[in-house]
Formats: sequence, structure tokens, C-alpha cells
Amino acid sequence: MPEIKVTPLGAGQDVGRSCILVSIGGKNIMLDCGMHMGYNDDRRFPDFSYITQNGRLTDFLDCVIISHFHLDHCGALPYMSEMVGYDGPIYMTHPTKAICPILLEDFRKITVDKKGETNFFTSQMIKDCMKKVVPLNLHQTVQVDDELELKAYYAGHVLGAAMVLIKVGSESVVYTGDYNMTPDRHLGAAWIDKCRPDILISESTYATTIRDSKRCRERDFLKKVHESIERGGKVLIPVFALGRAQELCILLETFWERMNLKAPIYFSTGLTEKANHYYKLFITWTNQKIRKTFVQRNMFEFKHIKAFDRSYADNPGPMVVFATPGMLHAGQSLQIFKKWAGNEKNMVIMPGYCVQGTIGHKILNGQRKLEMEGRSTVRIILDVKLQVEYMSFSAHADAKGIMQLIRMAEPRNMLLVHGEALKMEFLKGKIEQEFNIDCYMPANGETITVSTNPSVPVDISLNLLKREMALGGPLPDPKKPRTMHGTLIMKENSMKLVSSEQALKELGLNEHQLRFTCRVQLQDPHSDLDTLHRIYTHLKSLLKGYTIQHVPDGTVMVESIVIKVSSSAEDPNNKVLLLSWSYQVESFSFNYIHSLLKF
Amino acid sequence: MAAHLKKRVYEEFSKVVQIPHEEAPSKKLRLSKPSKSAALHVDLCKASNSTDALQYLLQFARKPVEVESVEGVVRILLEHYYKETDNSVRLKIASLLGLLSKTQGFTPDCIVDDAINTLSNEKSHQVLAQLLDTLLVIGSQLPDTPTIRLRLIHVACKHLSDTYFGVRNKCLQLLGCLGTLETVVNRDGPAPGPSQGGARDVQSIISDYFGDQDPRVRTAALKAMLQLHERGMKIHQVIYEQACRLLSDDYEQVRSAAVQMVWVLSLLYPESIVPIPSSNEEIRLVDDAFGKISHMVSDGSWMVRVQAAKTLGSMLQVSPHFLVQTLDKKLMSDLRRKRTAHERAKELFTSGEFSSGRKWADDAPKEKLDRNTVNLIASGACGAFVHGLEDEMFEVRIAAVEALCQLARSSPSFAEKCLDFLVDMFNDEIEEVRLQSIHVLREISTHITLREDQLDTVLAVLEDSSRDIREALHELLCYTNVSTKECIQLALLELLKNLNKYPTDRNSVWKCLKFLGSRHPTLVLPLVPELLSTHPYFDTPEPDMDDPAYIAVLVLVFNAAKSCPTMPALFSDHTFRHYAYLRDSLSHLVPPLRLPGRKQVFGLDSVDSGSGSASVESAQLFLQQSLHRVSTIQNLEAPEARELLNFTIRDLQRLGELQTELAGAADFCATFLRCQLLLMKALQEKLWNVAVPLCLKQNVTATAAAQQILEETYKLEFLYSGLESRQVATIHHVRLQAKALQLILYARSRQGLDPLISCCEKFLQDVESFQRLFLSELPHLQDSFMDRVCELLPRLTSCKPVEMVKILQSTLRQSGLLQLSLPEQIHRATATIIEPTGESDNPLRFTSGLVVALDIDATLEHVNDPQNTVKVQVLYPDGQSHVIHPKPGDFRKPGPHRHRLITQVYLSHTAWTEPSQVEVRLLLAYSSSSSSSSSRLGWSDGADGVIPPSEATVEGTIPFSKPVKVYIMPKPARR
Repeated sequence: MPEIKVTPLGAGQDVGRSCILVSIGGKNIMLDCGMHMGYNDDRRFPDFSYITQNGRLTDFLDCVIISHFHLDHCGALPYMSEMVGYDGPIYMTHPTKAICPILLEDFRKITVDKKGETNFFTSQMIKDCMKKVVPLNLHQTVQVDDELELKAYYAGHVLGAAMVLIKVGSESVVYTGDYNMTPDRHLGAAWIDKCRPDILISESTYATTIRDSKRCRERDFLKKVHESIERGGKVLIPVFALGRAQELCILLETFWERMNLKAPIYFSTGLTEKANHYYKLFITWTNQKIRKTFVQRNMFEFKHIKAFDRSYADNPGPMVVFATPGMLHAGQSLQIFKKWAGNEKNMVIMPGYCVQGTIGHKILNGQRKLEMEGRSTVRIILDVKLQVEYMSFSAHADAKGIMQLIRMAEPRNMLLVHGEALKMEFLKGKIEQEFNIDCYMPANGETITVSTNPSVPVDISLNLLKREMALGGPLPDPKKPRTMHGTLIMKENSMKLVSSEQALKELGLNEHQLRFTCRVQLQDPHSDLDTLHRIYTHLKSLLKGYTIQHVPDGTVMVESIVIKVSSSAEDPNNKVLLLSWSYQVESFSFNYIHSLLKF
Repeated sequence: MAAHLKKRVYEEFSKVVQIPHEEAPSKKLRLSKPSKSAALHVDLCKASNSTDALQYLLQFARKPVEVESVEGVVRILLEHYYKETDNSVRLKIASLLGLLSKTQGFTPDCIVDDAINTLSNEKSHQVLAQLLDTLLVIGSQLPDTPTIRLRLIHVACKHLSDTYFGVRNKCLQLLGCLGTLETVVNRDGPAPGPSQGGARDVQSIISDYFGDQDPRVRTAALKAMLQLHERGMKIHQVIYEQACRLLSDDYEQVRSAAVQMVWVLSLLYPESIVPIPSSNEEIRLVDDAFGKISHMVSDGSWMVRVQAAKTLGSMLQVSPHFLVQTLDKKLMSDLRRKRTAHERAKELFTSGEFSSGRKWADDAPKEKLDRNTVNLIASGACGAFVHGLEDEMFEVRIAAVEALCQLARSSPSFAEKCLDFLVDMFNDEIEEVRLQSIHVLREISTHITLREDQLDTVLAVLEDSSRDIREALHELLCYTNVSTKECIQLALLELLKNLNKYPTDRNSVWKCLKFLGSRHPTLVLPLVPELLSTHPYFDTPEPDMDDPAYIAVLVLVFNAAKSCPTMPALFSDHTFRHYAYLRDSLSHLVPPLRLPGRKQVFGLDSVDSGSGSASVESAQLFLQQSLHRVSTIQNLEAPEARELLNFTIRDLQRLGELQTELAGAADFCATFLRCQLLLMKALQEKLWNVAVPLCLKQNVTATAAAQQILEETYKLEFLYSGLESRQVATIHHVRLQAKALQLILYARSRQGLDPLISCCEKFLQDVESFQRLFLSELPHLQDSFMDRVCELLPRLTSCKPVEMVKILQSTLRQSGLLQLSLPEQIHRATATIIEPTGESDNPLRFTSGLVVALDIDATLEHVNDPQNTVKVQVLYPDGQSHVIHPKPGDFRKPGPHRHRLITQVYLSHTAWTEPSQVEVRLLLAYSSSSSSSSSRLGWSDGADGVIPPSEATVEGTIPFSKPVKVYIMPKPARR
């Protein structure tokens, strides 16, 4: 039985460091190559030594596929390709290819320049790595080699995120990456056709969550911002540079437009500007509204949102500022926060999750007095008077969304990654119960083997098919299996089914007749000829509708069965019937005539 | 190539004239126009190869064929068909056969046999499919010949087992279009399955193909079944199960058709019981179908989603608890139950605590869920609308909103439930969806009362920059019920804010407050002191009467006071004064109030308030009586008659002012009578017999009268809607009279004979066309001018112009007054320019030579097809006038017979030294062609194509709105 093997090197019962190895039909594929945000040591990157102890990975991997540009899905790519060594193709979508190097470079800068790490990949390595990338288009089938083919589907989540169908022969695996089944302000919903893969490898970040409608959250968010602006307050929204930030920008931009608001909106950091540029370019990857209206106006060309300058923070009057980083632990967002924290008219909206220990986490938990490190060692107590709001804008599929995707793709097996073990356990149970399919949730390094039942394609000659069709009656009964006679020729990796005559001709063989013979002893006082005649008349009376001949040379032919009579020398009454038939009529002749002659 | 072919065709024409005679000698043929069949025959014979033949056929298909020669053409085609070896040519012939049998007036029963015969020998699948298509056309042309139908059905059944999908498709289509339930078909040919050779009805045959291997055939089978249903056959319930299975087909068109099929069955058998698989429960079929279709709202293909969402809206028989499920989505977070934002909002509201979400853990999950009870795959209807409303494609969202509307209208409890979701849709990213959901909410608003927090969300949309959205929202607020006085206050506050931000919304906001006040008098009552800022001890300053916001508040209060007699006690003195002022200036917004210490003004108000059909009826009676009175006038010459007409016109005009329902009819009559009066005056003058040069002045007034009558007749014809052909005939009659008068005057004034002759001819043509147009109305015009003219027509045509004028003169003077009968409803088209108001003293300044945009906002009533007829006219002080055609998109239709024009007009002029006023008005353009469309069709045949030149259309415009003056000031450009 052929098998598909899946081994997560990262993201097995865990979030972060996505890296999954799949071997299917003799091909080895690496899905995503991410880094872990939580570690700074070797655990940061996947353990590539699992693949090979020493030597380059090129010999062991046929291709690498990157689902989207988040660092936990592509962060280890330059390390793998340049430092460990991999020269094969790397597949990613066009937007991912465009935005990925920006993020990698940013990541490198922080690690090397800020934290001072050595032995890290360089800018040149990022560039070299990107040269190995082969871009994918949506719904385009790409042949990696003769047998392995890839097809990308839209996944929502972030710009350019894709789900990938990997196919070798009739075996197939779908890897979802991160996806979102509900559309948002700038991206559409994930979609896949009924491809019925052998394994569906799905993320399961929100395995135990069913989320409320997006509209309520949006409305709340807008209402809060609006109220604050009307009061004359300033609103700070700490964001990560890419992904959600663009969604919130669009949300505010359209709201400003609709409501005719005049208060300025600012956006900090140059990184975002660069990325925004790509958002403008890849219009086909956005949602229906943006796609339809971009001819009149590209939604990412913001009218109300301007670049932020440090000095603006002290300007009087209401304003909205997007600033990085998202957890208020450093940088511009923290500086602005310090400036505005004292005024109760102001507001900070946290649009995402905050790690413990960051200021974001503290204020969300209601802390109203914060200790700040000043310029010297003197500690300053910051009195937080501004309003703190929390608004969850996450772009992962929830439990219902995951189920919906399963329903769309109809996989034969299910494999969960990118989630917490306990939550996966619940979803696994649900999937097994609802769809009646096997569901796996391997830990890192654990290999799952799924045996497949691939169908083997066989060419059939048209003549043979037509002949069988003529025999078998008319359509429609496509679902009923039907037996047919033919010869299977296996030749140089291909198989075909032809009629036996053609097979003989093709192979240059002579036809051999196979005949069965059998003797039946009878007690009959008549002479040989009479006995034969009696048999002939007997058969004639029994087998109506068959051609029965009495051939003058002392034999009786029933179709192609030959019957001869001879008597033994010792006992003339003891007659021996010689029967001979070819194998085609075996079942008919032997059983029938044998019993028949026992009269 | 084309030229070459053409030449060739003409060449043939010269020879072919004889052939059709042989074929059908009895036919009447015009020799100048050779029969098409003949031409075709020769063409086909000439064709050396199939490509040529195909070319000829293509060319042939471009022109229609006369009914008489269809059969001949068909024969030729068939003859060629048997000879032809090329598939494409045969295909074309087959399609031509279908096309020909559609020819009007041709009954294709004679070619059925031939068509069926061709089928039996055909090898090519494509051609077979085309032939079946042709049979389908033939079959549908012969709706009441059961024998042919039966034959066709047999043919279709025979070919159902074809291997090519197209043939099977066509067969199914044929069965769907022609099959009847009673037809029991003996399947000939090798039939699969156990039913071999048995008699089966069409339905079961079609349903066999629900399982066909080709998705196109499956779709065709479903469509055929739907076709059967459309034709009134009762579909068996057995199909339901099969259709449900097809809901999970791989192909979207199959799923889409299956959704329709399931829906049809749910309408047919709503109450029958179906089992739930994997349990032994049973539910109603309509509920089951509803659940299954709800499931399709989360389908992979958006076409199917739209279909499913639309379908859900029409399943009104579904049980309430299934309906409620569609809005249900159990939330959870880490396996703990979470309340939806809607639930939280409701709870906050009921607990009395306001505002929300200041804490992070506000929406923290509460109780722990049992993991076995969580149902992730919603069975049945669960959350269908929640999904539909959140869909990626706005088409699906709109469909879902519409479906919600339909369901909510029939179920008040559901309306209550879906409120939150609809309110959420006000925030959609696409304006169309927002607008639609506002409209929907208005439609179901009779069932619901808005909570404060919901109202808050609704009102937030008032700041939207789109005018349509705001106005839709105002409309919605007119119809909503709110629960508390805080709601009223909130609404008022937001509306005033809106007024402040968008001053152009003034009228709409006032109207909205009018309804809000009259709907909730008791809620307004406690707010009155605050709203009017009165104080128990101190006198407060008198507010500015011109402040739109203050007017808005007053409109709210006065309308509430109408049904709340205690309220006026709270008013201060100036409020009463302001009431009197507003009652006069904005009488449509301020109702009559019974104020203490103030005399009730009787008169018009009492007519209004004593509304009711009684007054309308009496007015109607009065109208009839006046008309009757007028009709008794015998002698037009008598001065009493003139007197009577004058009085009647005055009465009618007054009646139109008093009774708005009859304004159209009264105006119409008055105008008509005025025409008669004018005519009378012009004829009555005693100076008719005096020599021309002596009565020049007399002539001038008569000419003017004739001109005026002409204009009035155009107004009568085009300004009023609801006229029947009887009235139109009467109007035309008056117009003819005016023309006759003109002719007489012309004859008297000029001596030249030649122009007079042409004038006479023109008049005669007018008379002829009148006769042609109103042939059926002629009997009603007895004893009229026309009647006599018609009698004298032979004489008129033969006599000399001078004589003719004399005859006309005498008939004109002898003819009596025409009776006017009134149709049921006559409405006068009216237009009111709301914007600009013409009150502004600040001139609109702009640089001369450049343009300035002037916003125009007008309401049009009873205008048919305003996109083509309504124009804007701008009159400059120097007499220049511009007519501007508004874009079709500038017209909106807020209600029946009502249109709204919101457009921009560009003005420009050279420099002026002083600001001055331009006039803006709306025009109704008309084009009167005295010939009807039917007669025109005859000419287009072009056979004897002499188009009467006099029938040229008369085009013109009627101003139908009061002109508005706009102060503008083009300044010279600075160098």
C-alpha cells in the first residue's frame, strides 16, 4: 500500500515555527519554514538535522512551499536555504514573495542590530534566498517535476495567503497555512473546491472558539473611536505593521469618508508604507469591494490617513494614530502612550493579544499606575487616566470555519497543526464524530503515516470499450461496476487494456488453444456409434437453442465441446466418453455436460 | 466576398421568377420580389461544396421569410438535408428548420413527420441535438395537438440513451416542455433497469437522469422537472429525496437547480412528514427543506449561496422554531459559552446599566460547556442568516437581507429577533447593502419597537455622507416605534445634529419629526418643557423663528400636541405665535390644533380634518353637475352661455384647490372649457362678415386665440395622466377646430392662392389622420364639428380652397359644444423645485466664462417616464435660455407616481456688472405624432413606402413647475 507520511518539525500541537514535512508518492516536500517568536536560542528555528545530519537539504527535499509572509511561517527560510543549504525551488504567491523580504529584513535588523546577535543570516542571504523563489498564481497548476504538481487557493488571513494542494498521481495533500473563512474589510474568505485530498492539514488556532459576527466588533470599534473623537480626545491604536493594521486603516478610512469626519488619522513607521505599496498593487488578492472600486479609487490610497511625525503627538485637537509595536512594549507606540496617558479624554485601543509582561497586558488587566523606566535609573510612576479598550480582530478560522472548510474539501483524513494540544483534542473528536474520518494531531517530530488507496490509471483501447458498451446495454448506470474481458499490458511504466487479439498482435505471439479433456465411463450395451447417437439425441432434446452437430468422423460437437466415444478392449459394455473443451466455455461445459451425461 | 455574393444573388433573381409558380401556383406573388424559397433552392443547387452551402444558409437566415413560402423553404431544406454529408451544414439546416417553424402564422404540423424522419438516420450527435431542439420548437408551437406531442415524447424517450450529453439534454428539455403527467410512455429500445419495457410516466423517466454521469444532464433533468412544475403538473413527492441528494453534488449548476427543486417540492407538500436520517424522528417536509436550503447558504459557490438565500425568503410556512434557528449561533471561547454582543447589549439594557466594553474581560466567557453538546456543524437551519449576512459577496448579503425581510413581514416574533442583525447591516461596506437593509427595516417596522441601544446604532448612520442613506433613514424613523422618552430625545438630538451638518436635509428632517411626534405623543409630553426651554418662573428669551432647528423642535411638539390635549398648556406665549406662523407657512408639517383661548379657525382646516370620503364624494358630485350644466348649452352664441362657462371654469378651479384628490380632473375640465370658451369668443365676433382690411384688430385677437387653444390642447394631452382614448380624441378634436380656425383666418388675411392650397391640403391630411386614429371614437363625436367635416369630406377634397374655407367657416360656427366625459382618475403632472429656494439674497459669484454648478432638487408627481421627458430650463435675464437634460441616474423613485430629481445644472455667462436673477424651471417635453405606431409599422414594410410628409411629429415643451429665481453674479476674470 502506498503511504503518505507527515512529520511536523514545528507547529505540531504548538503555535509558531510552522514547518511540516510531507512525503507523498516518493516526493519530499517542506510546508512552511517558520521561526518561533517565544525563543531566542536554537529552538527558534525548526530542527533541520531531522532531515539530514550533514550535507545539503537539496538532495532530500523536492520543494519548499511558503503559505504566507508571517514570520512564524517564513522566518527560518534564509537560514534553511543559505546556512543549512537548500538550492531547490521555493514556492510562494506573488504578494508573499514581495512582502516576505521586507519582514525578514526587519527581523534581521532587530536581531542583529538591536540585540547584537552574531551567526545570523545577512541581507545578502535574504536576497539570495528570494532568488530561489518560484511565484505561484491562484488556481494555477504548477508542475514541480513530472509527477509533483501544486495548486494554490485563496486563504484570506493576510494579503497573499494561500492554501496549497499538493498532488502526486492520484494522491494529494492540502495544506491550509493560516486561513480565514469570514471576509473582512480588505480580504475575502478562503475558498477551496471539492478536491477530496487524502490528507487535509489544517491550522487549528481557534479550535475551541466560535466567534461572534464581525460586524458587531467593527461597529463597536468605530463607535468607540467616533465617540472619543467627538469628545475631542486622541485615540492611539498600537498595531503590528502588517495585516490587521491595513484592515483597521480601511475600516477607519471608509468610516471617515462616510461620516464626513475631519479629524486627522496618522500612521507611523516606514515599514508600513512600503507594505502599503504592495497592498495597492495586489488588488486581485483583496475582497470584492476593493476589487470592484479600485478603478475609481484604490482603497489603499488613503485620503484621510497621513504619515505620522513625532511632533504631531503634541498637536491640539482630536486625532487617531496607528503606531507600532502592537503590545506597547517599546518604540513609538509606547512614547505616544506616555504622552497621552494622563488625559481621560484620550483612548487606547488594543486590537490584538498582548504577551504577559508588556505594558499592553498590564493596562488591559486594569492596572492604573505603571512604573516606567526613566532616562536614568529613577523610576517614574505613570498615572493612566485614558480609557483602555480591547477589540479582537483576528483572522484565523474559528471552529465553525474549520468545519466548513472540511465540508468544502471533503478530505479522507484530517491532520491538525498550529494549535494547542488540548484544544486540538476537542476539535479532533468533533471532526471524527461529524465527518466519520480519521483525524490526527502529531506532536513535533512525530510521524503520521496514512496509507492511501490510489487508483491506477489504465489506458483502454477504444475498440474494446465500444465492444463492451455494445454488449452491456445502454446508459445510464455509471455507478455499477461491470466485468469485461481484455488483456492488461504493462510496458514501460504504462498500462493499457486491450482486446486479447490485439495484445497477441502487439506482442508478436501466437495464439495457443487451451483445451480441457475428461473421461466419463459409461455402462452401455450398444455399439460405439449407437451410444454416440443416443448421446446426440439426448443432448439435442435437452439443450435447445445450442448448435449440436453429429460430425461424421464419430464425434458430437456441442458448440465447441467435442464428445467422442470409445469402448475399452476388455469390456465392450464399458464405454469411455472423451470430452474436450476450450477454456472459454469451461464453466458451461464442465458442470453442465458432466452432470448431464450422468444419466 | 460579400459584394460578390450579393451580385450572384441578384443574378439568380432574374431567373427564378418562374419556379415558385410551378411549386405553388395558387400563391399570389409579387413579381418584383422573388420568393425566398426559390432563391434558396437555386443557391443550394449551385453550392459546389459544403462551405459554400453553409455560406448561403447563413446569408439566408439573416432575412425573415414570409409566411406563405415557409413550407416551400422547409421542403427545399429537407431535400438538401438528405443529400448533405457535411455535419455543419446539416446542423445549420436543422437550426433553420426550428427558426422557420417559429414564423408567425405558420403552423408547423406539416413538417413534424419529416423532422422526425430525419432523426432516425442521423449519425452525428450534434446534429441530433439540434434536430431535437427543432422538434422542441415545433412542439411548443403546437400546444393543443396531443397526438403530435405524444409522438415527440416517444422520440425523446428513444434518444434518451444517447451517449452524447447534448442529445440527452435536449430530450429532457423536450420532455419537460411537452410531457404531461398522464402520458404513459412505453419505452422502446433497450431500457436499463428493472422497469424494462414497462409503462412509465414522464416524471419517473426524467428522475432517472438525476443520477446521470454528466452534470449537464443532471442539471437538464432538474430543469425539465421544474419546467413540468411550471406548466402546472404536480410533481410527485418521491422526487424530494432524490433532489435532496443532489444538493451535495459536485457541480454548482446542479446544486443550484436542486435548491430550486427542493423549494418547489416544499411548496407543494409543506405538511407531509419526512423522517430524519439516523434517528427515528420525523419532521414536516417544509421544515426539512428549509434546513437543507439553509445549509446551502454556506455553500462553496456564491451563485448557489445567492440562490439559497433568495429561496429561504419565500418559505413562509416554516415552523417558527426553525426560523429562529437561522439567527442562532452559539458562541464559545475555549470551550466556554460566550454571549453574543447582541445578547450582551440586551442584558446591559435590561439591567439598566449604560455603556459597555470598557473592560478587557467584558466579553469573557462564562459557563463551561459540555464538550459533547457543542454542535459545530450546524444541523439544519442553524445560523444560516448569520452566515449569509456575513458573506463575502454583496450579492449574497443583499439576497439574505431581502429574505430576512420577507420572513419577518410574515412573522412578528422573527422580526423582533432579526432586528439586531439588520441594524448591524447598516454598517456594511457597500452602500447598496446599507440602503437595502434600511429599506427592509422600514418595511418590517410595524412589528418592532426599537430599544435604546438599537436606536443609537440606527441613528449613528444619520451622519452618513450619502444623501440616499440619510433620506432612507429619515423615512425609516417616520415609521418606527420607540420605547422610551430618552429615545425620542436621542432621535431629536441626532436629527438636529444631522440638520446642522447637512442643511439640505431640512425638509426631510422636518417631515421625519412630524411623524415621530404624531406617533409618540405621550413620550414627547414629558420632554416639552425641556424642548421649548420654558421655565416655571422665568421668562426665557424667544428663540429665533428662522432657525431650522427650532422649527424642527416645534414640528415635533405640535404634531405630538395634536393628540395630546394637555400639551398646549405648557406652551409659552411666543409658542402660540410661532404656531400661527408655522401653520400658515408650513401647513403640510403643522397640524391644526385646538388651542385654548384661541378661536378655532374653521374653513379649510375643517374640510381637511373632517376628511373622509363624504367630502370627496360631494365634490365629485359637484364636478359632475357642473359638467352636466355646461353640456346643456345649446346656443353657443348666447351671452348667457359664455357667462355660464366662465362661472363653471371659476368653480372648477376653486374645486381643484380645495379637493386635492380631484385637482387633476377639475383642472383638466377647466382647461378644456377654457379652450371652448376661447373658440367661442373667436367665432362669435360679429365682424366675421366685414371685409378683411376693416377688422385687422379683430383678426389679431382671433389668431392669438387659435394659437392659445393649440397650446392648451398640448397641455391637455401630455400634462395629464390617466386619459383614455376618448378624451384624447376630444382633445385632438379641439385641436382640429383650432387648426380650422387658423386656416380660415389665414385665408382671410392673405390673398396668395398657392400657399392656401398647401394649407388646405395639410388640413385635410390632419382630418384623415384623425379619422384613422380615432376610428372607434368617431360615433361618440356625433353632431360635432368633426362629424360634419367627415360628412362633407368628399366635397371638401374636390372643391377649391376658397370654397373649402367657406364650408369650414360655416361648419365651425354651427357645430355644438363637445361633451366631455371624465375617466376614473386624472392626475396632473406637477413639479416642485425644493432646491434652490430662491430666497437667498447672496448672489452666487463665479468667474464669467467659467461654469458654476447649481444644485437642483425637485419632486415630480404623476410624470411618466421622467428620464426622457423632464428637462431643466435656465432663463437668463438677457432672454437667453438653456435647456438641460438631466442624467437618467439623477432620478429616483421614492414612491408610486412620485419621482425625485436631484441633479446639478451648470450655469455660465459672460460678465455682468450687477448680480441678477436667472430663472430655473422644469419643462415637460412631449412629442406628438398624430400617427399611431401601428400605422407606422405598415410603412416600414417599405413596399409602397410613401410616408405622408404631413405626419411629422410636433415636438415641444410645457413648463410645469413654478420658476425659481436664483441670484447669480458672473464677475469678469481678473487678468
